[in-house]
Formats: sequence, C-alpha cells, structure tokens
Amino acid sequence: MEKLLKIENVEKYYGSRSSLTKALDNISFEVEKGEFVAIMGSSGSGKTTLLNVISTIDKVTSGHIYISGEDITKLKGNALNKFRREELGFIFQDFNLLDTLTAYENVALQLSIQNIGYKEIETRIKKISRELGIENILDKYPYQMSGGQKQRVASLRAIISNPKLVLADEPTGALDSKSAKMLLEKFNYMNESLEATILMVTHDAFTASYASRVIFIKDGKIFNEIRRGDNSRKEFFDKIIDVVTLLGGDLNDAL
Amino acid sequence: MMLYKLSLKNIRKSFKDYLIYFFTLILGVAIFYVFNALDSQTVLLNVTSSTYDIIELMINILSGVSVFVSFVLGFLIIYASRFLIKRRNKEFGIYLTLGMSKRKISAILFFETLFIGIISLIIGILLGISLSQFMSILVANLFDADMTKFQFVFSSSACIKTLIYFGIMYVLVMIFNTISISKCKLIDLLYGNKRSEKIKFKNPYLCIAVFIVSVIVLAKAYYMVTTGFTELESFQDIFIPIIMGSVSTFFIFWSLSGLILKLVLSIKSVYFKGLNSFVLRQFSSKINTMVWSMSIICLMLFFTICILSSSLSMKNSMTANLDELAPVDLGIMKRVDYDITEVDEGKSLETLNSSVKDSLNALGFDTLEYLSDYVDVNFYSLENLTLKDTFGDKIDEILKQYRFLNFTTREDIMKVEDYNRVAKVYGLEEYSLEDDEYMIIADFDSFVKIRNEALREGVTINIYDRTLKPKYQECKNGFVEMSSNHINSGIILVNGNIVDEESISKNLFLGNYRGKSKDEKRNIENKLTDISTKAQYKDYGTLNFSTRLTIAEASTGLGALVTFIGLYLGIIFLISSAAILALKELSESADNKERFMMIRKLGADEKLIRNALFRQIGIFFATPLILAIIHSIFGIKFCTNILESFGTKGLIPSIIMTTVFLLFIYGGYFILTFESSKNIIKSKSR
Repeated sequence: MEKLLKIENVEKYYGSRSSLTKALDNISFEVEKGEFVAIMGSSGSGKTTLLNVISTIDKVTSGHIYISGEDITKLKGNALNKFRREELGFIFQDFNLLDTLTAYENVALQLSIQNIGYKEIETRIKKISRELGIENILDKYPYQMSGGQKQRVASLRAIISNPKLVLADEPTGALDSKSAKMLLEKFNYMNESLEATILMVTHDAFTASYASRVIFIKDGKIFNEIRRGDNSRKEFFDKIIDVVTLLGGDLNDAL
Repeated sequence: MMLYKLSLKNIRKSFKDYLIYFFTLILGVAIFYVFNALDSQTVLLNVTSSTYDIIELMINILSGVSVFVSFVLGFLIIYASRFLIKRRNKEFGIYLTLGMSKRKISAILFFETLFIGIISLIIGILLGISLSQFMSILVANLFDADMTKFQFVFSSSACIKTLIYFGIMYVLVMIFNTISISKCKLIDLLYGNKRSEKIKFKNPYLCIAVFIVSVIVLAKAYYMVTTGFTELESFQDIFIPIIMGSVSTFFIFWSLSGLILKLVLSIKSVYFKGLNSFVLRQFSSKINTMVWSMSIICLMLFFTICILSSSLSMKNSMTANLDELAPVDLGIMKRVDYDITEVDEGKSLETLNSSVKDSLNALGFDTLEYLSDYVDVNFYSLENLTLKDTFGDKIDEILKQYRFLNFTTREDIMKVEDYNRVAKVYGLEEYSLEDDEYMIIADFDSFVKIRNEALREGVTINIYDRTLKPKYQECKNGFVEMSSNHINSGIILVNGNIVDEESISKNLFLGNYRGKSKDEKRNIENKLTDISTKAQYKDYGTLNFSTRLTIAEASTGLGALVTFIGLYLGIIFLISSAAILALKELSESADNKERFMMIRKLGADEKLIRNALFRQIGIFFATPLILAIIHSIFGIKFCTNILESFGTKGLIPSIIMTTVFLLFIYGGYFILTFESSKNIIKSKSR
C-alpha cells in the first residue's frame, strides 16, 4: 500500500524556555492511502495540535511531515495555501460554514478559489451531494439547517475537490448521537466508495469505532494503536474502551 | 484608582479600534476651531472697513452654522461611541461576572471618555491652530489682503468655544454611555456576539419591482428640478422633488441587495469565480442591515458635493465677472423725471431734475479734476411700453408660463447712439438701427429666454406713433448699469431720431477716476461719497452709486462667505458620512475575522483574501457615493439654474476641487478602514 502520510519525529513546543509545554513529543506514524484513521486522546493530549501541524495551520518545532512524499514542513506562503486547498479537505467541530452563503455556495467556494469553472462546480456538487444524500438541503442557509446537516455539508465541502487527505477535528463534537451516527456512516461511505483517506481527531470512543485504525495519544506521545481488522464495529468499540480504561481516568468522558 | 488604571490600559490596548474614532474627533475639533477662529485672522485686519462689515456678517453666519455643525458632530460622536461599547460587550460582561457594579463600569467608561476627550481636544486644537495658518493664506487670497504682514495667529475665543462645545458633547456621550450600560443584560453582554444572526432575505421579485418604481420616482424628481424647473411655482414646491428623491433613495438601498444578488446570481460564471460569491453576500447582508444609515450617508454626500461645487463655482464666477461687469470705476444713475408735485417747498424742479454731471459739479465734486473720462447717457420710458407690451400676441402664453413676473413695469428705452457710446467704453459690440427698427440688449439669462420667445416671432412694438419691428430675432448681450451680477433684464434700443426728449426718465453717468493705484482711486471715491453728507444733497434727488470698488468688495465678501460656509459644511458632512461607514465596517470586523479565517483554512491565497477585503470595503464605500454622484449631477444643474444670475463659470475647476476633497477625506477614511481591517483579519484567531 502507498504511504500517503508519513510523520517523522514531530515535536511541537509552546511557551518560553522557562515554562516549556511539549504539545507533541517525538511522534512518528504513517497513514496509508484509503485508510480511515482516528486519533484519540483526552483534552490537552496534543491531538488537535497534531491535526493543526498536519493541516499546515500550525508549524512544527522539529521533525518532518510528508504527504505523498512531499515535505510539507518546508512549504511557505502561497505554496502552503495551494497545498492546503488542493491536497487537503477539512471538517471542523463547529462546521465552519459561512453564514452568509447557502450550502451550495459554501461548497462551491472551495472549488471557485481553485479557479474551477462554474459548470464543473455544478456537475461535481450534484454528483457527490446525491451520493451523500444531501441534495435537498443545498439551497438552505446554515441557520436553516440542523447540526447534522451542517456537518454533512462540511463533509461534502471537504471531499469535493478530491483531496488526498481529509482531516476531521472532532466532527461529532457538536452533534446529537443520532446525527453523529448518520455522519459517521457517511464517513464510512466516503472512505469506502469515494476512496477518501480520512484522519479524524476525537475523544469519543463511539466516533473512533467507525475508523479502521485508532491511534491513542497521551501527553504528546503515542500511547497505543489498535486496528479494527475483521472485528465488527461493536467488538472494535469494546476494544477501544479497554484501551481507554488502560489510559486512565482521563477519558472517562468518552461515552 | 484601579478603575482609572483599567480605563487607561483599555485605551492603550484597543488603540487600533479607537483609531478611526480618534481621527474623527481630532478632525472635528480642528475644523471647528479653524472656522471659528476666522475672525482673528490678522490678514483680515488690513482690509477696508466696508469689507469688514461683510466679514462681520460672515463671522455671525459661521457661528450660527457652528451650532448646527455641533449637532451633527454630537450625533456622530454618540453614534461612534455606541459602536465601540458594542465591540466591548464581552469585556463588560466579564467585569460584571467578576462582581463589578454597573456603576463602576460606567465609571470606567467615564474615565475613558474623559481621556479620549482631553487628548483629542489637545491634538485637535493644535492641528486646528496649524491649519489656521494655512487658512490665512486662503483668506488673504479671497479678500485681496496683504500677506506681507502675516503673523502667527491664535484665537483664544475660538479655542474656548471649541472647548465648551466639545465639552458638552463629551458630557452627553458620558450620559448616553451610562444609560446604555445600565440597560444591558449580562447574558447579552457575554453571548451577544455568538447569537447567530438570522439573515433576512427579501423576495427578489419584490426587490426588482421596488427598485424600478424608485428609479422612476427618482427620474421624475430629477426631471422636476432640471428640465421642469420653470414649472415650480413657489418656493415650497422644491420640497416635493426633495422628498421624492429622499424616499426613493431609501427604497433603492432597500431593494439594492436583492436586485444585485438576483442579477449576479444569474451570471454564474461571475458569481462562482474566486471569492465573488462571498464578497457579494457580505455586501448584501451589510446593506440589508443598514438601509437607513446608507440613505442618510448618501444624502449627506450629495449635499456635500452640491454645496462644495456650487459654492466654489459661485465664488470663481463672481471674481471672474468683475472685470466684465464693472468695466469702469464709477456709475451713477439718477431719476430725472420728477413731477412738480414731488418738489419740496422752496426747492426747484429744475435742480431736482438736473443731470448727474451737473449735480456732481454743483455739489463740489469736480468731474474734470477727478475723472479722466466720462460718458453721460439718458434713459427714456413710456406709459404705453411696459414689459407686457413687448410680447405682442404671445402675451397670453407667456403670462401663463411666468406668473411671477411683474408685467406692468415700464421698459427702459435708449437711443442706439447713446448705447454705442457706453458699449465703446465697456468694450461691447456696437449696433446701428433704422427708424422702423428696435432691438433688445439684455444679459439676465432667464429674461433673455423669455424675450427671445417673442423676438423669434418678430413681435412689433408701438412707440412714438410708430410701429417698430425687431432687427434681430434674439436679445443681444450687453448691459449699461454696473452691478455685481448679470441682471440686465432688457433695454430697448431705437434710433435716436424717433425719440421724443420729453419721455426722458433717467440719466446715467459713467466715468473713470484720475489715478492709477488703488489708493489714489480710493481717495477720489471717498471725496465722491463725501458729497452725500452735504446739506444741499437732497435737492438733487437720489444719486445711485455703483462703483467698481464697492462691487468688488461686495462680490469678494459674498464669495468668501459662500466659500467658507460651503467648505465648513461640506467637510463636516464628508467626515461624518465617511466615519459612520468606517465605524460600521470595523465594528463588524470580529465577524469578518472569523469568516476570513474560515476562508484561509479552505486554502485561499493571501492575495485573494486581501483582494476580497478590498472589494468588500470598496463596494461598501462606493455604493452611497455613486448614488450621491448621480444625485449631484442633477443637484448641481438645479443649483446653477437658481444661481444663474451669479453666473456659473468655473464649474469644472470647482468640481475638480470637490473631487480632491472627496478623494482626500473620503478616500482617506477608506484607506484607513481597509488597513485596520487588514490588520484585524491578519491576526491569528487563537
């Protein structure tokens, strides 16, 4: 399998010399193409920092991150923006939809900043929105949608430009359990049928159980890693809970 | 003491937010000072006494205008401080949750207003004092004063006045702040900005309909003030197009966002290109929330453009007209058709009806000694030749159209030979007429227009038992009496042979003083005016003087008055409207910051983002300006119609001057807003 993402000895420090916080402490792992990886950890474990350095929103203190062999820690300025808009898709906890635009326009914006023509935009949105079952809410404004609908629109936006890697930051954090389940099923669909590689950060075991692999992070270091393999989702969930228990009381808010 | 420190720190911390507010206050203070300090300009001390009367009038009017200006500025300051309070809702919410009382928060705001007030007053007055020095150059220019005696000026009275007026404004701001703090609720303060704003969308078809109706109403209003100008019967009628214009302006802004959205949405290749959809939506949501402010700003800008360009052009044309309208130093008109019943007991009718020249010499002003050259001409009038009689058959039509004219005044008749002597001195064209011909000399445009209607038809007039036909089908340009404007409503010229000397009505005497320098001429003029103090003066009837010097002074004085008031109001309006736009834009910068962060996360280039921000603010500033400019095209046309008699020369340079002011002040605010917004969205969200 092709290595899509390779993280090599990444460190990220915050603060000054006198009071140093190691948000990421020498982390290394790899993600293969077509994988659905969840990163779990409690708040303060460094998982969001990890996502931020991968998404180039933040810079590493040391180490390298390769996406398809390209070292993105070396990118600067507009090359960085170009990389971000063409190779990455984002899904955020608070949706990050522009409240002045309709769902359709929100998705279209992702493509129009890549200078893609309106006809191409239209065909792509039509096709993928049908597959995700959200074509009926495309003309609504964010304030007219439920949280689940907003997050599905955000997911559509994240995969619309065929990114190499979709990064999701607590995608179910602001959703009720029913919407969360629906969204995660869409993630599975995106992963399996649309061949999207997804890297998701969460502290929720249920959300993580939809992934094919879960990496546990504690205090900026990798603590454990488990694969779903042939297990059912339920069995995988139990396994995750075991690790969470092992991790200590920190993740007690997992359910 | 803690409150005091807190407020001081707050100002320092949010200095960038306060920058526009500060800038506006300082400009306001400076301009207020400059225009109130006009009276102490030392260059004005050297001008003549008659000019000084005009200056005094000007100072009085300007101080009246200052009261109005202080109201405008007061509203602006209160509006601005409300914006700033809104921005800091969260901060106040935290104070309240920490247990600080509302009274203490008010106290913090009180100190802040006090600091800002004091600092802005000091800087503003310092700026005002330095601007005042430039102002004296302008003043000297306007009044032809001597600039060699230039000194540094400081007006303590203007300074005190500025302090008092702005002091009152700041106190009002403090009161308003206290009220708004005491009214607010903690929940709104803490979560006020998180409440997702419901975006109201108007029905696009309704918008299009409203827009079309508004444009039609506006077009009608434009028509009424320009082409249909003559149909306005009374002064009050002018309010009808003004109200129509204002209301349609409001509805144009009301419908604009829906209309533009609908239009651009239908051109998908434009709408879905780069950040266009985002910029357009931002703009339309902003316009929707501030229809009122937009309308008021647009009307203020319209007012500014009209005032500035017409006042500057009026001043220009008045100065330019001087050589043309007052070609000689002296003109004296005197009635010489007094009746025996009008003679006082013991006086002679002959003395009363003596010519100007004889009167002057008799009163001790030696025309040969003091004047280098002179011309002496007569006017005639007849009972059967009134304005009405010059229109022949067309009279009914003209009566209907120009109801406000007085048609029963007697027309002035002159011998063409007499006129030619005047024309020679004035440098005007000379004419010759046959016994059965007449012509009309006029330069008052409105009258020329009316008279031409009759002349074109070849209307004949009956005088001295003859029927005369017009030699020309239009009035010829010219005048005989000197005045500061083109107000010759018409003189009928006929061949001298046919005139009956019995019908003489007035005698006009024109002359040039012996003397080259202004001082020499002024000395002679003083001798001339002295004769009116003599005891016998009354025996010679009334001598109507119009001299080049008085005309010059009156027109520069009036010109200066108009210029100053125009500049004063124009600048204040310009500042107010630009400041409101800038504050509105900046007050939304928190929301904008979030939105731009999202776009940045999507991977848009910095250049694209900067471009979007520039377009967003640019369109926001341009919209009211564009409508205001369209209004102004017709507004200026209307002003030139009203001010026709003043002449409207130099309209182009004055429009250029207005554009410079607009670019400087409005453009300055735009750039300031753009730069601050850029800084705000640049900073990382965390």
